[in-house]
Amino acid sequence: MSLLLTSIIGLPIAGALTVALIPRSYRSVIRSVALLVTMASMVLSIYLFAQFQPGIPGYQFVHELAWIPSLGINYQVGVDGINVGIILMGALVAFAATCLSREITEREKEYYFLLLMMIGGILGAFASLNLFFFFAFHEFALIPTFIMIGVWGRGENKNYAAFNMTIYLTVGAMLALIGIVALSIQAGANSFDLRVITAALKAKPLGDAVQAWIFPLLLFGFGILVSLWPFHTWAPLGYGAAPTAASMLHAGVLKKFGLYGLIRIAIPLMPMAAQSWMQLLAILCLGNILFCGFVAMRQRNLNLLIGNSSVAHMGFVFLGIASLTMVGVTGAVVIMIAHGLLAALSFGISGHIFNQTKTLDMDKMGGFLKPMPFIGSALLMALMAGCGLPGFANFVGEAMTLFAAWEVFPIITSLAIWGGLVMGAVYMLRAIRSILHGPVSTLGEKLMDATTWWKKLPFALLILGLLVFGIWPRLLTDKIKPSAEEVVAMATMGQPTIKPVPPPIKARIKAKRPAGTKRPPARP
Amino acid sequence: MNASLLVLEYAVVSIALAVLLLDLWLPSAAKSKLGYVAAFALTGVLCASFLLNPETAQFAFNHSYVLDSLSLFFKRLFLVAAIITLLISVDFSDRLITGVSEFYALILFALTGMMLAASANDFAMLFVSLELITVTFYVLTSFQRNRIRSLEAGVKYLILGALSSAFMVYGIALIFGAAGTTRFDAITLASVQLATKPLFLLGLLLTVAGLAFKIASFPFQIWAPDVYQGAPTPAVAFLAVGSKAAGFVLLLRVLFGTVPNITAQWTSLLILISIITILYGNLCAIPQRNLKRLLGYSSIGNAGYLMLGITASNSSGASAILYFLGGYLFSVLAAFAVISIVSRQSDDEDISILAGLHHRSPLLALALTLAFVSLAGIPPLAGFFGKFLLLKSIVHKVGQPGFPILIGVALFGIVVSFYYYLGVVRAIYWSKNPPNLSPISVPTPTRLVLYTCIAGIVYLGIFPNSPLATATQAVLPFKF
Repeated sequence: MSLLLTSIIGLPIAGALTVALIPRSYRSVIRSVALLVTMASMVLSIYLFAQFQPGIPGYQFVHELAWIPSLGINYQVGVDGINVGIILMGALVAFAATCLSREITEREKEYYFLLLMMIGGILGAFASLNLFFFFAFHEFALIPTFIMIGVWGRGENKNYAAFNMTIYLTVGAMLALIGIVALSIQAGANSFDLRVITAALKAKPLGDAVQAWIFPLLLFGFGILVSLWPFHTWAPLGYGAAPTAASMLHAGVLKKFGLYGLIRIAIPLMPMAAQSWMQLLAILCLGNILFCGFVAMRQRNLNLLIGNSSVAHMGFVFLGIASLTMVGVTGAVVIMIAHGLLAALSFGISGHIFNQTKTLDMDKMGGFLKPMPFIGSALLMALMAGCGLPGFANFVGEAMTLFAAWEVFPIITSLAIWGGLVMGAVYMLRAIRSILHGPVSTLGEKLMDATTWWKKLPFALLILGLLVFGIWPRLLTDKIKPSAEEVVAMATMGQPTIKPVPPPIKARIKAKRPAGTKRPPARP
Repeated sequence: MNASLLVLEYAVVSIALAVLLLDLWLPSAAKSKLGYVAAFALTGVLCASFLLNPETAQFAFNHSYVLDSLSLFFKRLFLVAAIITLLISVDFSDRLITGVSEFYALILFALTGMMLAASANDFAMLFVSLELITVTFYVLTSFQRNRIRSLEAGVKYLILGALSSAFMVYGIALIFGAAGTTRFDAITLASVQLATKPLFLLGLLLTVAGLAFKIASFPFQIWAPDVYQGAPTPAVAFLAVGSKAAGFVLLLRVLFGTVPNITAQWTSLLILISIITILYGNLCAIPQRNLKRLLGYSSIGNAGYLMLGITASNSSGASAILYFLGGYLFSVLAAFAVISIVSRQSDDEDISILAGLHHRSPLLALALTLAFVSLAGIPPLAGFFGKFLLLKSIVHKVGQPGFPILIGVALFGIVVSFYYYLGVVRAIYWSKNPPNLSPISVPTPTRLVLYTCIAGIVYLGIFPNSPLATATQAVLPFKF
């Protein structure tokens, strides 16, 4: 019994309720409360990450409270190697997003209330071991996002974007809900406890016919939530219209919910169906990588570029999952964490720019590195990390998924490498050129950099995360590996298609990585 | 024979008569305050209902009246609805030109009908209690005699109500002809032979069709939007909650308490009714601009969701219906309470009157947002858990024909409903150029109503364990 996880989830929610009680004129108090609880949550999650013992089977830091015992719906949270890193990433992004919420100048009380509620919901979804709470926490974060886009969003299209995103996500969530309920009923355990269901299904797996209809519900339900091609159109639009913090949290953390659901629920619990659907998933992920990569190349709006590239990055995660190998799943989780930090960083920077220029049209930008050396360098790093530069965590994950997928889907993987890395380089480098380099445009003359340390802090934290996990990936992979192995063992029913041997793969990463390293890292 | 079982009904009738009598002596300015007196007295009745705790079902009037945990559950639900309605009505009373006390008394008489319906154990009792509800609502819906819309609503309700009553009474006559009795328990004993008699089946079908009018479900759903839009807001609030709940308690008693073997054969019919009702309600709600009309269509849609629990024909479906109705009560009453206050100045209920509501009164904005978000089914509110239970009850049956389509339609309906429910939330928080930003003052009793509804919506969402246990307990006697 440990209250650690409950505190990580509960602090933001308690903070939200506190904010609701503070009179609205005490603006700085409201903001301080929000900063304080998210920072506490972040510190606790770092502690959690450090205390986590890899290699122990089962979940750690489990905390349970009875809720509706008769239906097997209880509050149960716990971490294993897969979600411990995601929770750390989520708490980090949450703190950074709260720091960057200074742009909000009207109706702060409502804003911070919704923001903290959303953070609590997001962290809760990833910590839940009970499928009911897993789903409910995710839904819980949906309405704050909707209202935040509507009230504090940007652009003419914000209304449409808010509805589009909310309804799209509801479709996905509803499909997933039916899948989850059906799974728990078919498992015959009369419980929504993931561990009970897992045990029941290990003892008596579902019939093929049952798996054949539940699995697609979960695959497409969760797929919509992660913007699986061709169900991705909500993402760039919604992120473009959302206020900075909402797009950071949504693109960075909440979107990973669907992937997490696939890894945690759909694939290990329904191995037969998983194996037959993985081929299709691998083909669809090419849609993410190639199609959305092409779309991203055409964008002239920075937010739409980041949004589309973030959809494209999801393709690598799908590819890693589709390979159904330990290396692939581990790599997928690494990308989830790395991309969370990266997306938050990119949207944070674009928010910083938008607040001063009121436009994100890249044609009007140029030479921003001169007036904004800090933000400019941060953007440079974000864009470089986005095209897979070694040294950033994204590289580690992408390399792992590609190596794992190569042995299962060679053609798809080679297309993904070309599409992902070359096209990624094209649009990212073009963005660097048109935003940061060249003569200082009229927009750039009055730009302010992040001058004080507390304005730099959120960006610095996110970059630090990317670099630490990029340079020392074992920090993550050692924790993820045992859990990923278990997932893969269940998905392949104990007979892994490919025997993964970790040390040689690492050696091969060093030796065989031509595509990323050959590109000269552009420096201004 | 145990006439003392009806003590709660006696109390409510006495309060109604007292209101009518007091009306004779009170100065006209004070008459509107009678609503508070009646609400206070009903609160006493509600508390007294907790003294009754039947371990086993008790009967009165030759088994035509039953007092069991199911009827007590619904009696309390109706009492809460009536108390809240009376408090809303007081604030509304200046918009009723005459007969404020009669308005209160009619609400109390309708309440009596609902409480009797909850206890009906005989088709004659079923018909009489429903007529008591319907006839009082004919008057309540057309109470604003100076407004043409209110009269129109009353006439529409009268015509369709009379038609459905005709169906029902004809059905009951056929049932009596086939079975030789109208008592539920006697019919249950003979239900195996009766299931083979076409006359009995036709009678049952007509009776169920008549009940469909009460719950605003296909084939008698057409009246709901017009009546909701035109009738006085407190009357609609009571109609929305009370009439629907009364219809469902009777459906449960007839379908599962009386003829479970026939219900089991009617699954495809029930699925069809549910599908049409969900589609009709949710699709027609999309273009609505009038808030009350929107709630009318939403009420049809919700009747469709509640029918899911009937089609499931298992105890989790039946208890889900009870749970959903509890959450629906607080959500709908909160919505109508807010609409009643906000529409005071503008005399219409177009969605645009909500513009800038969060500036004008944060409490009203919060209550209305929670009500609609709960109706949409977002955790951690009551509506989410109710819908979750309903869906869970039919996912059990997914292997049987028809259910996959039903689940698909239900999901489609939920997604569509997000659009129009969230449209209201949008109107509150980010409408362009709100025309009027003057603060709205909320009288203390209405404030109390809103706090109660908010507490109910949140409580049923966050602490479902003991209410769900009560609901499960209430449906225990049914055989599935």
